[in-house]
Amino acid sequence: MTVTELVSYEDALAAYDPVMGLEVHVELGTKTKMFCGCSTALGAEPNTQTCPTCLGLPGSLPVVNATGVESAIKIGLALNCEIAEWCRFARKNYFYPDMPKNFQTSQYDEPIAYNGYLDVDVDGEVFRVEIERAHMEEDTGKSTHVGGATGRIHGAQHSLLDYNRAGIPLIEIVTKPIVGAGEKAPEVAKAYVTELRELIKSLGVSEARMEMGQMRCDVNLSLRPQGADKFGTRSETKNVNSLRSVERAVRFEIQRHAAVLGDGGTIIQETRHFHEEDGSTTSGRVKEEAEDYRYFPEPDLVPVAPSRAWVEELRGGLPELPRVRRNRLREEWGLSRHEMQSVLNAGAIDLITATIDEGAPADQARKWWMGELARRANEDGVELAALPITPAQVARVCALVKEGSLNDKLARQTIEGVLAGEGGPDEVVTKRGLKVVSDEGALGTAVDEAIAANAAIADKIRGGKVAAAGALVGAVMKATRGQADAARVRELILEKLGVEG
Amino acid sequence: MTDLIRLTAAETAARIASGEVTAVEVTEAHLARIEAVDEKVHAFLHVDREGALAQARAVDAKRERGEELGPLAGVPLALKDIFTTKGIPTTVGSKILDGWIPPYDATVVQRLRDADVIVLGKTNMDEFAMGSSTENSAFGPTGNPWDLTRVPGGSGGGSSASLASFQTPLAIGTDTGGSIRQPAAVTGTVGVKPTYGGVSRYGMVAFSSSLDQGGPCARTVLDAALLHEVIAGHDPMDSTSIDEPVPAVVEAARNGSVRGMRIGVVKEFAGEGYQAGVMQRFNESVELLRELGAEIEEISCPSFDKALAAYYLIAPSECSSNLARFDAMRYGLRVGDDGGRSAEEVTALTRAEGFGAEVKRRIMLGTYALSSGYYDAYYGSAQKVRTLIKRDFEKAFERVDVLVSPTTPTTAFPIGERADDPMAMYLADLCTIPTNLAGNAAMSLPCGLAPEDGLPVGLQIIAPAMADDRLYKVGAAVEAALIDKWGHPLIEEAPSL
Repeated sequence: MTVTELVSYEDALAAYDPVMGLEVHVELGTKTKMFCGCSTALGAEPNTQTCPTCLGLPGSLPVVNATGVESAIKIGLALNCEIAEWCRFARKNYFYPDMPKNFQTSQYDEPIAYNGYLDVDVDGEVFRVEIERAHMEEDTGKSTHVGGATGRIHGAQHSLLDYNRAGIPLIEIVTKPIVGAGEKAPEVAKAYVTELRELIKSLGVSEARMEMGQMRCDVNLSLRPQGADKFGTRSETKNVNSLRSVERAVRFEIQRHAAVLGDGGTIIQETRHFHEEDGSTTSGRVKEEAEDYRYFPEPDLVPVAPSRAWVEELRGGLPELPRVRRNRLREEWGLSRHEMQSVLNAGAIDLITATIDEGAPADQARKWWMGELARRANEDGVELAALPITPAQVARVCALVKEGSLNDKLARQTIEGVLAGEGGPDEVVTKRGLKVVSDEGALGTAVDEAIAANAAIADKIRGGKVAAAGALVGAVMKATRGQADAARVRELILEKLGVEG
Repeated sequence: MTDLIRLTAAETAARIASGEVTAVEVTEAHLARIEAVDEKVHAFLHVDREGALAQARAVDAKRERGEELGPLAGVPLALKDIFTTKGIPTTVGSKILDGWIPPYDATVVQRLRDADVIVLGKTNMDEFAMGSSTENSAFGPTGNPWDLTRVPGGSGGGSSASLASFQTPLAIGTDTGGSIRQPAAVTGTVGVKPTYGGVSRYGMVAFSSSLDQGGPCARTVLDAALLHEVIAGHDPMDSTSIDEPVPAVVEAARNGSVRGMRIGVVKEFAGEGYQAGVMQRFNESVELLRELGAEIEEISCPSFDKALAAYYLIAPSECSSNLARFDAMRYGLRVGDDGGRSAEEVTALTRAEGFGAEVKRRIMLGTYALSSGYYDAYYGSAQKVRTLIKRDFEKAFERVDVLVSPTTPTTAFPIGERADDPMAMYLADLCTIPTNLAGNAAMSLPCGLAPEDGLPVGLQIIAPAMADDRLYKVGAAVEAALIDKWGHPLIEEAPSL
């Protein structure tokens, strides 16, 4: 395997213009599979959610899940697509053991939705990503290859097949070539997938959890010399399954392509695997010849012909779309576009909203999620939502601060405790003994001691230099190991010294 | 007891309902007949003696309890081995399904059981319904009861032969290009291809999904109608199933008449390749229809000349995809799994050994026709021909109520005669294929024996989609007139074996 010495990102962009194509698969959250009545619930014993149809047994037939079609139309409408008046499913023929019929029931040249766009915000500016199509298809089963070095089928001793996933409805959303993103290509890619995920979630058609494989992204990338019209040869990086990875994959491929092209080499059209550990990609299967899927219209299914009345009804029932909602929240929360962009990029909008719904003030909710918690998520390399803390728990911490039971430092420790699995905020406060010392007697004693030990400073304060009180507050906080409410300590000091604050 | 096997299904049901005979007696009589003659005929691949008798006992118990019985309760039936049967092997005439026991019943089977029809067993067929002689079965050919050295037609030769040899009064077939009608024609029995979507395909192992249609086989028009009514009707498990009331086929069969009807004779189905005796009996039938009060008109359907070519692109294309699932991974035959071979190699070895020559030929044809770069020229053109054929039918049915033609150009040919000549074999379905491509309904019923070989000739009646009842109305009239003429049904002239 040859290792290509990467070109620096800046040098790559100086010489080449990146063109991207993003293909996102979304598993719909329907109760039953796309073509049969089997459950789609995750986590069941292998092969317990199967029937003759999703096992592809001889004689079985598919029947279209109406909710699946409805979800597809909603997605299409939210992506500003045209909705087909009449379209068919097609068979995509190829052999693979986890595909029960050895063809995938998909859509080919007649997608349910086509010609749309999705506006995304990048650095406070709007970038329009054009949508080629959104079509319906079914998922395959899941293979586990045992005994090989790579976990892939070649070299495996045996393979385990679980068909619970076979037939789960998928919507594949394909962009038109994304041009003009320039050096912002990685951010545009990430912003697009982020926006799409928000959109899917807001429609209620899928939870779109990337870590659960409910949303998967393939990144197609090519470079062309600056100023050229013709697209270069593309690579297809498969299964890039987090927002951060999308950005990294684009960045890596830009640098790799630039290195290959810069050395006078040519890019091979191939699929590549993305590696989370170091953000690199490696060559997968080289397509020796263009794969011929021998698509033809699925004769077992009647065409899908959504009436215009139904489509309009669905359009009328669409929820407030994420970008609109975000602009509303931005105003409500009093944020700049940039600040709101960071909130979106961090995947924090719903978390903050939920925290506010649990009673926290907006600024506090944002402070925690975008500060301490974002830092932790980043350190741990996980999505913000994956942190083991709930919006309700964050709201509870905010409430404890507000009532004076915690100060900022103690609140931080409480959150640390929750993240460490020590229980809810109240439990952590009790276990760690983090409550602010609010016992007036104990606090009074500490204040008296501090005044006695710092007579000179006390005199200055009595003489009117109120600013000097800080030193005494510090002494009291030290004595109480930080567990006092600093504001209250200050009040007590001034009170005891007979000075107005 | 021998006369029990010669009764019609309608008579049998009546006698069981009245208590004159029991369903068990009827079933035992047919099982005994199978035992006596099927070694010679080889119509059955599997006889479910115990299951049949258990079902028969249940029917008798129902009657004793005074429960109302359906119109075919207790009547035996032979099922083409293309329908899945829970707990009973289903081979589709192929080695590739060796050892597979389906975990579910086809909708047709479920409806038969619900109607208390006794399923005697599964009948022989060309592998995956690909053929016109039943010689392509992996389990050996079936003999034509009229002459055991000749073919019983195909692909449903097991079903037609079981009827003509009185092993059963009812059978189920499937018709993709003529596999119900052509076997009926060459065995002197009645077979109906209902309107596409009229009978559920759920549990019917697919050959060519857009053409396959299950239907009734019997020795009389009324029996076919009674069976038609049991198996037809909307099925939510089959997306292509028509959600409309089943045409009143039984009523039509009970009131056969052609008086005042306009009947078209398809001009294209005559000439070179048509046996003289077949044309003679067909022309006599047309005269008979005129005598019975029909207006006869010649109708030209020029696109029918291209039907065979279009069929041999569409059916193989769909089959190449439908049969991809037989990969040794989940069920059926598995060859070469010695621990050292890859899944891909095992799949290839299994398919090489498990499929017969005709199936392989069609998979290859279809794979080629669907290939990128060839799709438009082959599959695309064939679909255009299909549209033309539909239009020819539409135009024809603006002028006439039904069309008639010979069912098949020749009588039963000798076993082995066309086995090495696929084109000659394909020509047997020349007259039946247009109906499959257009999706409308057709029937074959006996109209005499060809003078030169004494073998049965079939008359085909073709009706518009969802006008299946017209087939029975015309068929019943012809049948009654011919019985009047001959003094007995034609099938009584079949050898007793």
